[in-house]
Amino acid sequence: MLNLISLVLLFPLIGTAINGLIGKKLRKETVGYIACGAIGMSFFVAILVFFGLLQLPPESRVFEKQLFNWIESGSFKAAAGLQVDPLSSLMILIITGVGFLIHIYSIGYMHHDKGYHRYFCYLNLFTFSMLLLVLGNNFLLMFIGWEAVGLCSYLLIGFWFEKKSASDAAKKAFIVNRVGDFGFALGIMLIFITFDTIDFTGVFHAASQGNIAVGSFTVTIITLLLFMGATGKSAQIPLYTWLPDAMEGPTPVSALIHAATMVTAGVYMIARCNVLFMLSPFTMTVVACIGAATALFAASIGLVQNDIKRVLAYSTVSQLGYMFLACGVGAFTAGVFHLMTHAFFKALLFLGSGSVIHALSGEQDMRKMGGLKKHIPITYRTFLVGTVAIAGIPPFAGFFSKDEILLEAFVRGNFIYWAVGALAALFTAFYMFRLLIMTFHGKSRVDHHAMEHLHESPKNMTVPLKILAVLALLGGFLGIPGASAINGFLSPVFGEHGHVETHGAEACGSHAACLPYLMMVISTGIAIAGIYLAYLMYIKSPELPKKLAERFSLIYKLLLNKYYIDEIYDALFVNPIKKISLLLWKRVDAQLIDGTVNGVAGFVRGFGSVLRLSQTGYVRNYAFYIVAGCIFIIVFVVFGK
Amino acid sequence: MSVPILSLITFLPIIGVFFILSIETKRQELVRVTAMIISSVVFFISLPLYCGFDSRTSDMQFVEKLQWIPSFGIQYHIGIDGISLFLILLTTFITPLSILASWHITKHVKEYMIAMLVLETGMIGVFISLDMFLFYVFWELMLIPMYLLIGVWGGPRRIYAAVKFFVYTMAGSVFMLLAIIGLYFLNHRATGEYTFNLLEYYRLELSFAVQFWLFLAFAFAFAIKVPMFPFHTWLPDAHVEAPTAGSVILAGVLLKMGTYGFVRFCLPLFPEASRAFIPVISWMAITGIVYGALVSMVQDDLKKLVAYSSVSHLGFVMLGVFAFNVQGLEGGIIQMVNHGVSTGALFLVVGMLYERRHTRLIADFGGLTKQMPVFATLFLIVTLSSIGLPGLNGFVGEFLILVGAFKSRILYASIATSGIILAAVYMLWMFQRVMFQEITHEENKTLKDLNKRELVILIPFIVLIFWIGIYPNSFLRKMDVSVNHLLKQIGEKTHIVTNVYTQKKGEQSPANSDLKIDIVSDDKTVW
Repeated sequence: MLNLISLVLLFPLIGTAINGLIGKKLRKETVGYIACGAIGMSFFVAILVFFGLLQLPPESRVFEKQLFNWIESGSFKAAAGLQVDPLSSLMILIITGVGFLIHIYSIGYMHHDKGYHRYFCYLNLFTFSMLLLVLGNNFLLMFIGWEAVGLCSYLLIGFWFEKKSASDAAKKAFIVNRVGDFGFALGIMLIFITFDTIDFTGVFHAASQGNIAVGSFTVTIITLLLFMGATGKSAQIPLYTWLPDAMEGPTPVSALIHAATMVTAGVYMIARCNVLFMLSPFTMTVVACIGAATALFAASIGLVQNDIKRVLAYSTVSQLGYMFLACGVGAFTAGVFHLMTHAFFKALLFLGSGSVIHALSGEQDMRKMGGLKKHIPITYRTFLVGTVAIAGIPPFAGFFSKDEILLEAFVRGNFIYWAVGALAALFTAFYMFRLLIMTFHGKSRVDHHAMEHLHESPKNMTVPLKILAVLALLGGFLGIPGASAINGFLSPVFGEHGHVETHGAEACGSHAACLPYLMMVISTGIAIAGIYLAYLMYIKSPELPKKLAERFSLIYKLLLNKYYIDEIYDALFVNPIKKISLLLWKRVDAQLIDGTVNGVAGFVRGFGSVLRLSQTGYVRNYAFYIVAGCIFIIVFVVFGK
Repeated sequence: MSVPILSLITFLPIIGVFFILSIETKRQELVRVTAMIISSVVFFISLPLYCGFDSRTSDMQFVEKLQWIPSFGIQYHIGIDGISLFLILLTTFITPLSILASWHITKHVKEYMIAMLVLETGMIGVFISLDMFLFYVFWELMLIPMYLLIGVWGGPRRIYAAVKFFVYTMAGSVFMLLAIIGLYFLNHRATGEYTFNLLEYYRLELSFAVQFWLFLAFAFAFAIKVPMFPFHTWLPDAHVEAPTAGSVILAGVLLKMGTYGFVRFCLPLFPEASRAFIPVISWMAITGIVYGALVSMVQDDLKKLVAYSSVSHLGFVMLGVFAFNVQGLEGGIIQMVNHGVSTGALFLVVGMLYERRHTRLIADFGGLTKQMPVFATLFLIVTLSSIGLPGLNGFVGEFLILVGAFKSRILYASIATSGIILAAVYMLWMFQRVMFQEITHEENKTLKDLNKRELVILIPFIVLIFWIGIYPNSFLRKMDVSVNHLLKQIGEKTHIVTNVYTQKKGEQSPANSDLKIDIVSDDKTVW
């Protein structure tokens, strides 16, 4: 069954080709069926592959399939080859599974759009690229997928290209990602120089054999460069700025690409390279610090935003920070676990917000919502599930994964990681319930025009919501402490260092054994506190937020303007580069270089025109020269000595 | 001896010129069709070069050798190896498509097509010559039709641009001619034989001082042609003024003669000097990469933008060539082809816009995607290929070059890699302003999408873009042996000369030995 793995890739590619080439001539329904069918079949094969993998004994659960030799030059060899192991099989299940639901949802959501076939062509292409990213068996193939998802993200963010903001956001996403890719590419080169191969098996084998000393300079640089790539794709400090802007794209795109799958590629990459990262304690510390900092930083911005999708976007950045925190302390399993649960509940939340926006004919400002609970009940209920899940209330999915990360951060890292993570969790619970309350509860602030069209979304949108809600409710049980299925499944990839034993079976006698349970209680308490704060401020005494904003106007402004990071980047990088470029063009190129060139030409011409004066054409002048010459020679001969 | 394919593809265009001469000037359509047919035939005849090319040997293939002017040792000696193969195919590929892209030309059609065909002969000749004299003849031959293309069919400042192009190139060529004559006498001094045979020259062992000056002379000619920073300022002017087909060929093939010259002549003839010049050339290349990209960013004219991007892309090629290892060189050669394809296609795209709107200013466009969806798709693919998106052609070349550069000097590669960020900035910004956003100019609301002829022109480029990107091995395999041979050649010679040089260092300082001939004869090098 593992041999079928190429089919996982093939179906979306066929879907892309059909819709891309002749989609314009097809009926809308057909386009939708082709796109969804492609991903559906891909999902089906992914399940087969998953079970194929399960049949193998745990330690030999790696399957490689070579397709063809892609680039060969001297000792540099990059094959087009696929690799299935527990990590990538889990990833393809998430990508095709969540992707399938989002494709179906899109049929309803994009129904009225003129670029219907274009949309599905891109969406299929994205799925293909993402699958390639996680299935590639070497760094370069992963890099293709990596850049190709970036391209699809570019195309889909700029899907409504007539809008300047959309095309700006698309361009920004691509370029900021390129900055990260700069690091990734250099990292791959350094890996090649160091290991003389770029195959995962070869590199990780060499690294785990002790050829590379722990903490050596090379491996630290390699991992830092790779991590630079990850900060771009997974929107971490300092390269996160593109993700909030990416919300210009259609909402299902935000759900699929900018929440569930693509942005988690950085986490996947670090998890994939766990052998390398474990060799560099310094890099691990950097990863953990950036992760923790991003988790808190983005969550704090999310506290005051008014655009429903932007809140979710900052929330995504923040949640990705958690995943990096987990990886940074060496808890790769926890990171990947959170990746999975996050894919469920964040996709749910985005699709839910899409349903709200759809119902309100495009309105995204939460200040113009409110009281929608009774108008769109299915959306509300599913959204509620997602909100509770992300806030971290047991037994919803987010609780287990986030709790595990906090626990690991405390056990393996230090108190500060935990405290930062816990504070971010408080913020998360608060801003999500603020969002929920502002959107669905209270009095309606919807303008009457939108009110007339207010309607619950069609079935093809609500069914995916319901399924995702179930997943967000139950997904966490895959990783409950003590009997974690996901730990066991992923342990061949991460080895022993992937997770700490939670001692679930032991009696709660010693202090250490009690810790997990204590932690659970604390994090639940934090979540409840956040929710209560939101309740207090937005239901009980709605005048409170305004008072607070006035009281702490400086902080409020800072948060509302996202710490002015975009403005700072503009001032530091964008504008100076533009100025330097203009200077180079106008001064160096036109004046200095071309000036010199024209100067030389002018000199030659001038010199020529002086010489020309001697060529008068009059015989008398020439006779004069001859006589003068003769006299000169005679004088020279006679008096020369 | 089988069919002399190389001679056939070289001189068929000239024969075509006579056909065209016999056609009445009024019958423009017939002139166009004839030119098109001839150049297409040339392309199809050149295909067996690829199929019949033996990738196991580094010897010259399809060799033809005839005496031409025996008294001076000048031969008609042609042949190809894995390095020139793809440049010839690129030439025969681009010419018919350029002719097809010149369908709208109505001024002196006959003369235009003649210029195009003569140009093709000159370009192919440069890549196949194994006799230095023959090489120089072709090198100068192709200059004239290009000069005319810019000067007669160009834009408003065409005379300035044409003269600038001509004088710049000539200035370089003069030094090269001197160096060729120098080699001619040096070879005679060493072997007692007067010959312009390049393969004979390869065996010469020159002292460092001689290598130094000869390298400089050749490098000057080639650096102008590439063009490397800071000899690039003729390029934007020439591109802006040239007609579309002129730009396509200029970018697609002519610039490659500079980089090809470095690979074919400078490296194997003057290996020691080349090595000594690595830092100079590399820094020029790196400066070109960053500088070209930055200046490209602020251009308001589409053609100028593409022209400066060429400076950046060719910087990559030079960086790869001077990495002195397999990845760098193979990447460099692939990138020569890539640049021909991608930039050629970009100029075609710009030309198609120009035909519709008679402007090339970025500000005059915007929102075209709505009116021209097919055009938008193809344009985007070409743009992405120029940016070096993995899976498309540009990536393969750039990445191999960077790997090669990284192997030799990490610093060079690290700075050069920043070029991939900048490429995304200037290309995507341009694409956004031309294709996205609202339509702001009334005239753009009625633009027509691509017609069949334009599709026929662009599709082959798109196919190549994907082909090289997805299966570059079909190209890399063919050049592998030749490139390795070249590296071996350089390595061996460097070794020998280094030893002798260090021996002789005490006796004679290289600085004042000038162009004095001091050949290392064989009995001295036995060591």
